[in-house]
Amino acid sequence: MTTTPKVLILRSPGTNCEMETAHAFELAGGDPEFLHVNRLVESPEAIDEYQILCIPGGFSYGDDVGAGKILASQFRNHLRDAVERFRDAGKLVLGICNGFQVLIKTGFLVPLDHGGLPVTLTWNNNGRYTCRWVTLKSGKGPCVFTRGLDVVYLPVAHAEGRFVTRDAEIMANLQSSGRVALRYVNDDGSNGNVPFPANPNGSDGHVAGICDESGRVFGLMPHPERHVDRTHHPRWTREVLSRTPDGLGIFRNAIRWFE
Amino acid sequence: MSQPAAEPVTHPSEQSQTRRLWLVELTPSQGSEDRRARELAGDAADLHLTNDLRVRTARGFLLEGDLDEHSVEGITRELLVEPVVEEAAWRRVDEASGDAEDPRVVYVLPRPGVTDPEAESVLKELRSHGLAIDALRTCRRYEFDHPRDEVRRIATRLLVNDAIEQVVYGDLVLRTLRHAGTTDFELRHVPIRTADDARLAGISRDGGLSLSNEEMRAIRDHFLGLERDPTDIELETIAQTWSEHCSHKTLAGRIEYRDESGTRQFRNMLRETIFAATETVRARAGDGDWCVSVFRDNAGIVDFDGETCLTFKVETHNRPSAIEPYGGANTGIGGVIRDTLGTGLGARPVCNTNVFCFAPVDTPVESLPPGVLHPRRIMKSVVSGVRDYGNRMGIPTVNGAVFFDPRYVGNPLVFCGNVGLIPRKFVAKQPHPGDLIVTIGGRTGRDGIHGATFSSAELTEHSEVTSGGAVQIGNAITEKMVADVLLQARDSGLYHAVTDCGAGGFSSAVGEMGESLGAEVWLERAPLKYEGLSYTEIWISEAQERMVLAVPESAWEKFEELCASESVEATVIGRFERTGRLRLTYEGQTVGELEMDFLHNGRPEVVRRAVWSAPAPDNLDSERFRKIDPEKSLLKILASGNVASKHWIIRQYDHEVLGGSVIKPLVGAANDGPSDAAVIRPRLASRRGVVIACGMNPYYGDFDPGLMAASAIDEAVRNCVAVGANPARIAILDNFCWGATDRPETLGALVRAALACQELAVQLGTPFISGKDSLHNEFSYTGDDGQRRTIGIPSTLLISAMGQIADVAKCVTMDFKAAGNRIFLIGVTRNELGGSHLHLVNDLPGGTAPTVDGDRARETFAAVHRAIDSGLVRACHDLSEGGLAVAAAEMAFAGNLGAEIDLAPVRVDGDLMTAGSEGESRLVRLFSESNSRFLCEIALENAEKFNECFGSESVADVGFVRGGNRLTFTDAGHPVLDISLNELKAAWLGTLDWN
Repeated sequence: MTTTPKVLILRSPGTNCEMETAHAFELAGGDPEFLHVNRLVESPEAIDEYQILCIPGGFSYGDDVGAGKILASQFRNHLRDAVERFRDAGKLVLGICNGFQVLIKTGFLVPLDHGGLPVTLTWNNNGRYTCRWVTLKSGKGPCVFTRGLDVVYLPVAHAEGRFVTRDAEIMANLQSSGRVALRYVNDDGSNGNVPFPANPNGSDGHVAGICDESGRVFGLMPHPERHVDRTHHPRWTREVLSRTPDGLGIFRNAIRWFE
Repeated sequence: MSQPAAEPVTHPSEQSQTRRLWLVELTPSQGSEDRRARELAGDAADLHLTNDLRVRTARGFLLEGDLDEHSVEGITRELLVEPVVEEAAWRRVDEASGDAEDPRVVYVLPRPGVTDPEAESVLKELRSHGLAIDALRTCRRYEFDHPRDEVRRIATRLLVNDAIEQVVYGDLVLRTLRHAGTTDFELRHVPIRTADDARLAGISRDGGLSLSNEEMRAIRDHFLGLERDPTDIELETIAQTWSEHCSHKTLAGRIEYRDESGTRQFRNMLRETIFAATETVRARAGDGDWCVSVFRDNAGIVDFDGETCLTFKVETHNRPSAIEPYGGANTGIGGVIRDTLGTGLGARPVCNTNVFCFAPVDTPVESLPPGVLHPRRIMKSVVSGVRDYGNRMGIPTVNGAVFFDPRYVGNPLVFCGNVGLIPRKFVAKQPHPGDLIVTIGGRTGRDGIHGATFSSAELTEHSEVTSGGAVQIGNAITEKMVADVLLQARDSGLYHAVTDCGAGGFSSAVGEMGESLGAEVWLERAPLKYEGLSYTEIWISEAQERMVLAVPESAWEKFEELCASESVEATVIGRFERTGRLRLTYEGQTVGELEMDFLHNGRPEVVRRAVWSAPAPDNLDSERFRKIDPEKSLLKILASGNVASKHWIIRQYDHEVLGGSVIKPLVGAANDGPSDAAVIRPRLASRRGVVIACGMNPYYGDFDPGLMAASAIDEAVRNCVAVGANPARIAILDNFCWGATDRPETLGALVRAALACQELAVQLGTPFISGKDSLHNEFSYTGDDGQRRTIGIPSTLLISAMGQIADVAKCVTMDFKAAGNRIFLIGVTRNELGGSHLHLVNDLPGGTAPTVDGDRARETFAAVHRAIDSGLVRACHDLSEGGLAVAAAEMAFAGNLGAEIDLAPVRVDGDLMTAGSEGESRLVRLFSESNSRFLCEIALENAEKFNECFGSESVADVGFVRGGNRLTFTDAGHPVLDISLNELKAAWLGTLDWN
């Protein structure tokens, strides 16, 4: 495809990371546009104009009842077909933070089974909203967004980011199929024992982001759009940094998918 | 068991034939932690209630409507329960269960009329699925494993805030959530024309009007002239408009001030001091004047980059936060964000600031006056309130401070600030005749009735009971939705003016907007949260998240459509007209009619007396001073509440949302050192930065409020300069929080502070652009001995500073960067330990508070900026509480690099060395809090060039970054202090490292 990929940045009541997310897509070479969820519910086919759907961070509907739950309810009731068609057309879906919570609670990332949703994102182990930088390592799986990335440094800012699965088998399946696209690791890149604050919320398996079976639907708790400029790095005044800010790589991967 | 009367969150829909009331309870599933229980156990231990709290908790939803069990199950599974980690149960609560009452079970519900945002969201979502739900409320259940009387004690102290919540012990049985009914319209007149002084006082008191007798007499005379009595709504409107909160009548009024140099008459004290300073600075700047709108709009406006401007406002929300700290702080930040949205034609909020003053968190419970919440509970709730609103709005909270003093025990201070960005073409506004008066956002309820007049009165132990109505609960998402549509409407030119509904509600908003025009308001049109509000309540309600706009009739259709497209309610409630009058009608009947001129200019001028005389100096006990141990003192200062790390607070705030973060509140090798100021890029496509900092030191005010004011300005400005801000482009705000200014001494202290502000602002060339005062911060109660006591807060002036930096790549942080670099001390050290933290931690009175040499400060700031701008500075930190010792310690542990500092070369003011022994002189050089000083780290090869930026009398090469893990102070080779960074950092991190 030669044209610039069009990115639908979904807005909803309480979405609040849309501007910097659009800016990140622009830096990566995309053409972002905002669309309010009310418009999409009115005409779900509007989604077909785009190549990438991004649900940005924020507190959709105040995160009332639970993070992302009401927006997820809207997706399940009004937009399921449109999103499935979008995904099956080889397009990309990205959920960041609240967007990840929405993707989890719609079942787009791990579908419902006999026992309901097999996974969820719930309250951090420390019981409160936590804003800090974390070191992440990407998995070797189908995820389009994390291709070629190794260790990345990004901030998290959430209260309900602890990834839990109903049982160990579900986690084992996610791991063996390479769907754990990003894990929290220690600052030196080591894993195994990753205590707080390296794992900022107590996620099972130190999971920070997962993709669906196709690798084209991806959700993550950290905020890649908050590390697309050199001066975003918390230690830019003291350290020699890599040329490409870590978060930008994720957006570039998304745009490159359409080249 | 009490039967609570509950109300629905919105109008009930049509009567259901088979209405049922269900309770859905969600409990942590097996293996999942009961998070709320853990939190409560911690709080119970904090408050010394019990160290072994045994409780299980559940969150609940009460649903009323035509719902059978099947649909309740569906709702629960689809929407309410969190999969994997929660289990759900449901039952009807509108019929008695017949079970024996369990005394260990407690239900907590929001009081009727209290905003319940979660319930509103769920209700909307369920109705959008076509479900027949009439009403919905949230609740919580607690099941204790404690005896009955202990359960009651714990519940009252820990679970419930009476101002907003009600408690039900045992089984929950509710007939309905629906509101009892409506009140009939009845026009009320207040017979004022025949009232004598005693009766006038009674009318003011009984109506909660907070009007003085002089003011009541002026109102009586006005209505005698009109040959009629006022209606209740007219009296309320006057009270709101004339309130201290809205008119600032004390500080903007006539004052006769006397101090050591004589007597001075002010016609308008603020105008002749603070505003006058700005006028001088602007006049001197000539064509380079970068102030755009000062002291006029909801926030001050200055130029940013030619095309866009910055707005800045800091508000206080002290009284509401004393009574309900979560809601008070929540709506405090919500309110100041609306100030930004209501500045010019609407600015886009880009960052928040927060400064708090509390009593020490280790205050013994038994020493608290009656009716006062424990400071630890207040602090936790205030932080949660700010966090939940700021984070939900998606505005980074980037700067703040916390200050502890026992005198804040009954009157905590909560300062909330917001910076906005606005295109220059949108900075002016003016309603046109014929414009519709439109309200958007939240609905009107009984929330916060009498906030404006209440915040002008003194708190007592009964305040929690008598002023419950003054408490408001915010709904951040409603405000976010308002902000989203407002800025779109602004860009499309759909309105002529906008302002926020703050204190005084519609009364103040419409009154201010229509001041030079006139307005007619149709009160029955205002959308209500529930029925039963009187016309007066509608008019003065302080329900949150409402903005008032002047929309031309031709744009109304488009405006309404835009709002509807994002589910924001917009309603026409009146019209601006060139009548010079404010006319209020309810269902076609005129209920009030006032001349704008009387409303805004009819308040009688009172001359207030103000006196300043220096307090008798406390003698410094030189015997005890000599015995001070510098090492113990350094550790104690680092661990003291004001200095200690605020990471527990900072990390709960999203300080990076909006993607413009450049210098974060925590910096250094482990991202945990204390930054002097925050820097953000509000325009992501630009490299230009905004710098935010603050300065405050009430301890100096105990010596001399003038020195406190000058020190606060110096501190706020030098914090900005330390990260790279250009000192020629720093704007400042004042927030005066004072005690009862009807005492001439208290008012005199304020005038003295204002005069000092004027002097230094002019000398530094830093204009004040906006400000706010909060007076009568005193708490009265009856002690155990039956004596009436009053606790006044220390005079507290917060200075907030907003700087700019042309290219953020030039910013520096305070952490040491590399071993081998030199360390320079900029500025002059004097024997200024009065009110210092050295004295605080050693419990020593006396001494001299820090002064500011304004001309020298200006030169120092300019020179530091030149050095930073030339790229010569690797790290820079300002010297404040704890002086040189604390600044060096912080730079070292933040950079994780040890350092060696020699006290001998420190530039001192002449008479310092005569102060006493060598030991005393060392204490002064280590811990003096003299103003206008910085510690800078410079690479060896730049040392000479750096030196050249300063005059020799104000720069000293005091040492070098050695690396390793120790900080060492010597005095010409004589060892003074040698301590490990681990020990320093542990002291600093530990105090407020809460779980």
